[in-house]
This record gives sequence, structure tokens and C-alpha cells, in this order.
Amino acid sequence: MNNSQSKRKPYVRDVKKDWWLKNRFYSFYMLREFTCVFAAIYVVILLWGLLRLSQGQVAFEGWLNALHSPVAIVFHILALIAMLYHAKTWFALAPKATRLFKGEELFPEKPIVLSQYIALAVVFMVVLAIFII
Amino acid sequence: MRRSDEPIYWGLFGAGGVVCAMLLPALILVTGILIPLGVLDPGKMDYAHVHAFVTSWYGFIITLVVIIFPIWHAMHRIYHGLHDLGVRTTRLHHYLCYGFAFFVSAATFVLLIQMCGS
Amino acid sequence: MAEMIEIEILRYRPEEDQEPWWQSYQVPYSKELSVLGALGYIKDNLDSTISYRWSCRMAICGSCGMMVNNIPKLSCKTFLRDYYPNKIRLEPLANFPIERDLIVDMSDFVAKLEKIKPYIEPKEPRTLEQGEYIQTPKELAQYKQFSMCINCGLCYAACPQYALNPKFTGPAALALLQRYNLDNRDNGNKDRMKVLNEDEGVWGCTFVGYCSEVCPKGVDPAAAIQLGKVASSKDYMIAMLKPEE
Repeated sequence: MNNSQSKRKPYVRDVKKDWWLKNRFYSFYMLREFTCVFAAIYVVILLWGLLRLSQGQVAFEGWLNALHSPVAIVFHILALIAMLYHAKTWFALAPKATRLFKGEELFPEKPIVLSQYIALAVVFMVVLAIFII
Repeated sequence: MRRSDEPIYWGLFGAGGVVCAMLLPALILVTGILIPLGVLDPGKMDYAHVHAFVTSWYGFIITLVVIIFPIWHAMHRIYHGLHDLGVRTTRLHHYLCYGFAFFVSAATFVLLIQMCGS
Repeated sequence: MAEMIEIEILRYRPEEDQEPWWQSYQVPYSKELSVLGALGYIKDNLDSTISYRWSCRMAICGSCGMMVNNIPKLSCKTFLRDYYPNKIRLEPLANFPIERDLIVDMSDFVAKLEKIKPYIEPKEPRTLEQGEYIQTPKELAQYKQFSMCINCGLCYAACPQYALNPKFTGPAALALLQRYNLDNRDNGNKDRMKVLNEDEGVWGCTFVGYCSEVCPKGVDPAAAIQLGKVASSKDYMIAMLKPEE
């Protein structure tokens, strides 16, 4: 085809760096992705505790004392909220990857999602029980 | 057509996602909030208790699982998140992100082995 | 005096404009009128120069996709009553080059559809005498949802990964890939897995999930891609155990 007479001049719109602020759905996606920063910091705190544990009782107690600081408490509260939000999004996605069939019908997502919340509640109770008993 | 290596990282990311969703909320609540605030008995998290826990066979495994999988999960999301934020990710970003996850995993393993030996 | 609603349209005329610009129109409001109907009113009564695509007016041809207040929608399936008395802003589908006004260039999307071989490659060719390929309702159910795609492109307009990396195969093509891979009459799995396994295949997706949200036919491309990731991971492990291939 001869395009020499064509008036075509397709206009390409740029992607702005703040694209994820322009739509609520994208913002919540970025929030979901951002929860991982709290997970990373928390496990590094745990690793730090493990290092201090290996250095003996005095070192480990220094780490325990650091956990009492207001900054540490606020961080852990934020981290807890972040992990719960992560859990909510994670549980919602789980049925997508499994896609179970009940005969010819797709198995409903609700029971799969709900069973994960029940499992989470059980884990909470077990962990609390270990530290109370 | 080049096959992607993502299945390895995605597998670790997925395992980490489950640990972050299922175990970390309860752990953060206890170790970072309830015990430091004195709601739960701090004696349960003193040197003797924790040392005995991480050197037991089950404590060894639980500690590995709780630290290793979430760090791979997190670094995977951070690597892709850089791309989302408009960074043109290169091999260097890849090595830095997953290299850090590897470092944390190896350090956890070495420290645990060390404590079991002593 | 009829109630009016304001409709803003992003105009772009390649022969005279350097970049797109907004033009506003006043359209008589009625609660039965669709956005596509309003565009028809503008074209017939206010400004015959506006360009837009449409055909069936019943959400099956997939031609009239556009951004309605920044959300990808079929304009035939979107009604003024859901916006009135606020104004409506119409833009061509995001993430595609603008050809003219509300018309985008979809050739990249079509190339991606072709790449995944969207047709059945039978295990053994059958002659007419041998009759049809038999499939049970249960086997049909495996892929039926993913076969409902009308190629409207809304999912590509919704996908930030496609926006950030246009090489990404994208939601509709990957959902259609699953549709053929899950069809028990098909044997083209091997070729399609090569496309699926690439960085630009399922691994270009970070499960934003907005594709499934905007899909007018309930295809759920995000779920299809998630299944594709599981399939690709299995394929990866098999390839590790059988490296000679």
C-alpha cells in the first residue's frame, strides 16, 4: 500500500510518573505493593535480633529494649496494619490462581476467601496461646 | 524467544506472600506490640526462651520460614515497584534486590547453624 | 427548555493539530441516552467533524471503547444518567496512539492477538466423514469464560504494565492464549507456551487487576494470566528436568 499521501500522524500520550495517583484502583494497587516495605523492615529487625541473640544475653537484651522505644512500637503498629491489608488482598487473589471447578460450574470464590480468614484467625489464636500459656 | 527466569522468583514471592499474610500479623502483634507494651509476659521472650526456641529443630525451621520467604516476597515487589515508579530497571537493580534477599537468607541460615553448634 | 449535559471531547486532527485539545458540547439530557447516543447527537446536530468508532450499539462488536471520565468503557453501555448533572469527559482509549479524535490505532493489539495463534490446531486433522470434534460441557466450561472476549481493548487501556512497557503481550491476548490452551481439541500448546513464558508474556503482569474490573464481558483476564503463571512455572520445572529440548 502506498502511504505517501497519508495524513496519518498518530499521537502517543506519555505515561506520567504519577499515573498511580490518577485512579483510586491504581492507588490501592500501589498501596498493596508498598506493604512489602514493612515486611522487609520487620524481617530485618528479626534478623538483627537473631544476630544479637548469637552474641549473648547482654546483646539480646539490648535488642529487646530497643523494641520498647516509641518509634519501634509505632512501626510495629503500622506494620501490623500493612500486613493485614496485604492479607486481605492476598486472600482475594488466591481463588484466581487455583480456579477450581465443581462439575461444569466455577467453584465460588467466597468460601475459598473465607476459609483463609478462618485460617488466619486460628494462627492468631495459636500464636497468642503459645505466649500466654 | 527467551524463557523468563521469573518462575523461580515468583515461586519464592508466592511463598512469602502466604507467610506475610498468615504468620506475620500475629508475630508482629506479639513481638512488636503486646510484649514491648507489657500486655503479655516479657519473660516469654527473654534470652533463655528465645535461644532455646531457635536452636530446637522446629524453631530452626519456623525462624527460617518467617525470615527467608518474606524477604524474597518483599524484594520481588520492590524490584517490580521500581519499574512501576518509572525507573528503567536494569540487571543491576535485579542483582541489588535479589542479592539483598539472598544475603538476608544466607545470614539467617548461618546465624542459626552457628547457634545450634555452640 | 430541555435539561442539558456538558460533554467534553478530546479532539485531535492529525492534519492540523500538534497535540490533542478539549472541546465542549451541550447535549439535551435524557436518562435513556447512552454516551454513544450523545456522540451521535453531537455528530448530527452540533459538529459533523468529530470522529469515533461504533457499530452494534449493543456491547458485542467492541468498537466503541473510550475513556469516560478517565475509565475505559464501552460508550454504548454507558449512560448519561450515571453522570448527570456533572459533565462527562471523553478521551480515546488510554495506552494506544491517537489516530483522530476518539479513534485509536489498535494495530499493536491486533499483532499481539495474532502472535498467540488464536485458533485451534487440532491433534489429528479429521475428515468430513469422521464428523465433528466432540467436546463435553465440562471440557467447554474450562475455557468458556476466556472465549467471551470481544477485542474491545478496554483491558489494554486499563493496564499500567502495558502503558509502561508496550512490549507486554497484555491482558486480552494472554486470556485468549489460555482460552486455546485450555481447549481439549487443541494441540498448539507448545508454540503458545513460548509466548507465555517470556518476560513480555505472563511475567510482564504484576496483577494490578484493573483489566478484569473494566472488562465489559466478564472475561477476567487477570485470572487467566494468573493461571498462565502457574502453567509457565510448571513448564519451567519440566524444562529444567529435560534440558535437552
